[in-house]
Amino acid sequence: MFETLSDRLSGIFDKLTRRGALSEADVSEAMREVRRALIEADVALDVVKSFTDRVKAKAVGQDVVKSVTPGQMVVKIVNDELVRMLGSDAQGIDLRRNPPVVMMMVGLQGSGKTTTTAKLAHRLTTRDKQKVMMASLDTRRPAAQEQLRVLGEQANVATLPIVEGQSPTEIAERAVKAARLGGFDVLLLDTAGRTHIDEELMAETAAIEKIAQPHETLLVADALTGQDAVNLAKNFGERVDLTGIVLTRVDGDGRGGAALSMRAVSGKPIKLIGVGEKLDALEDFHPDRIAGRILGMGDVVGLVEKA
Amino acid sequence: SRTSNALSDNLTGVLTKRKLDEETLDELEEVLLKADLGFAMADRIRALSKSRHDKGLGADDVRAILAEEVARVLEPVAQPLELDDAAKPHVILVVGVNGTGKTTTIGKLAHLFARNGKSVMLAAGDTFRAAAIDQLKIWGARVGAEVIAKSVGADPAGVAFEALERAQASGTDVLLIDTAGRLHNKGDLMAELAKIVRVLKKLDETAPHTVLLVLDATTGQNALNQVQTFREIAGVTNLVVTKLDGSARGGIVVAIAETFGLPINAVGVGEGIEDFEPFDPHDFAAAIAGAGQENDAAA
Ligand SMILES: Nc1nc2c(ncn2[C@@H]2O[C@H](COP(=O)(O)OP(=O)(O)OP(=O)(O)O)[C@@H](O)[C@H]2O)c(=O)[nH]1
Ligand SMILES: Nc1nc2c(ncn2[C@@H]2O[C@H](COP(=O)(O)OP(=O)(O)OP(=O)(O)O)[C@@H](O)[C@H]2O)c(=O)[nH]1
Ligand SMILES: [Mg+2]
Ligand SMILES: [Mg+2]
Repeated sequence: MFETLSDRLSGIFDKLTRRGALSEADVSEAMREVRRALIEADVALDVVKSFTDRVKAKAVGQDVVKSVTPGQMVVKIVNDELVRMLGSDAQGIDLRRNPPVVMMMVGLQGSGKTTTTAKLAHRLTTRDKQKVMMASLDTRRPAAQEQLRVLGEQANVATLPIVEGQSPTEIAERAVKAARLGGFDVLLLDTAGRTHIDEELMAETAAIEKIAQPHETLLVADALTGQDAVNLAKNFGERVDLTGIVLTRVDGDGRGGAALSMRAVSGKPIKLIGVGEKLDALEDFHPDRIAGRILGMGDVVGLVEKA
Repeated sequence: SRTSNALSDNLTGVLTKRKLDEETLDELEEVLLKADLGFAMADRIRALSKSRHDKGLGADDVRAILAEEVARVLEPVAQPLELDDAAKPHVILVVGVNGTGKTTTIGKLAHLFARNGKSVMLAAGDTFRAAAIDQLKIWGARVGAEVIAKSVGADPAGVAFEALERAQASGTDVLLIDTAGRLHNKGDLMAELAKIVRVLKKLDETAPHTVLLVLDATTGQNALNQVQTFREIAGVTNLVVTKLDGSARGGIVVAIAETFGLPINAVGVGEGIEDFEPFDPHDFAAAIAGAGQENDAAA
């Protein structure tokens, strides 16, 4: 559906016969195309601006290697900067703490919190040999607590027994106690979805955080999110102490620009990606793969690397 | 460069200018891009605004022009969901990507139909996701609609078939069929939808009378691919846009309206049963152009 960035940039640079260092004018023209490509990939406009400024500063004056075109050279610089911004501080889930290590999922409605909770529980149980309990604090969505209970059964992971009529903060309190008494290593808290401009529900998230004192608070967000990704990451980040981002539906064919937006705006690392609906469809985040997707490029980077 | 904070999310900053110069147009285009309209659409609206009001235009009017252009694209597709009275039942198959709000929208629609005196039946065609059947049953109980469900893992086409049989036998007015969320790039899951459609036709060759695609307003450019593939494979006829109570503007809908021309029946504005409104192109366009925010800022 989209023309790739490298196609476009070659278009621009084909016109240039000049070789040697990239001039300010060349780079500026190229940045217009980069801007367009990033916006088409759903990178938020404000993030695009600061990104292209940075790339421009790096690209102007760079020598173009003989075996590649100026367009390919710029794509390489863009890609490297993208990878750097997406994940220079790649890190996983942190378990180094006295048990029970509490982790909380937050995010918009339908972003994949409950599924991610179960996937993470499955991974921690099978791979990291942790004794895990999950608790749903979602008292609003119909059958939300039942959903987590069923997933717990599928994953062979304990879930906090459902008690009707308790508030999310009451459940959080009960969950922490139960995890402590039961000798669990990890307690995963699934919360109800909420729009980040819903004051009442955002205050509830903060209240839950205060009670549960999570060691990890993960923002679970859809990789298909558009421009709103910045607002969402910013607002959640302002209300709770986010430690990372989980990007879901990476198995879709979205360009995934939201990853860059959220990363840039929250300053928090993307720790995991969801790549399907099943329990084992959870993977570590590889910045280079998402970068390639955002730019919609084939092998230009490899080409320049070899040159 | 400007920080995200300094850059206004709306046109407030633009309105201090006197003339519609290129810079103003650039900033207007940004407003549209930030609402997810996408480049092609934003460029087009920019060009239109320019050509129609080339000279002597106060920047104050520009926002109105933009809103008007967006509304012009949306007007033809803003249509309520009409039931075919000849159909007994009128079958509505609800499809979409994971988590967009299909099951909730079914609950809201069922409530609307019931309030208009129609008898409604629901079919639990999501036999995959944990507690999806329970979720639909709770909605069914809320609106007083019978829910036809089989066990977890059952063939969704079988559920749909049985539900249509039952609805026909009982003379039900509307049958709403829930389906599991699926990404449009998963061929096998999409084929499952095609099968549901085929099976329904065995009982009523005019069914499904409506294939409703539920789109999440927070989705970016990928929504275009969603509409295209779901239309190709499941024969989508109508759209509903959900989650417009968040801060996302759902601007991709404008590009979708222009590209596909499918009717947009309603919007979801919350999780409650009443949080459902007809699609109003003017409100929608005004929200995209940031009119609401501007009034807030002025107040
Ligand atoms: N394809 C795909 N689907 C996913 C992924 N993660 C979650 N889902 C699906 O997305 C839908 C919503 O997931 P949930 O886990 O219920 O989302 P949630 O954030 O808990 O939703 P609420 O509690 O209603 O806010 C379900 O259909 C999941 O199966 C993923 O990585 N890939
Ligand atoms: N804020 C808001 N939330 C909504 C709206 N519509 C649905 N939701 C919420 O979005 C989440 C997902 O809704 P569902 O109806 O379960 O979505 P679905 O498409 O059936 O999900 P799957 O079956 O898992 O694919 C739930 O938490 C709903 O309450 C809306 O218009 N606004
Ligand atoms: Mg949930
Ligand atoms: Mg559903």
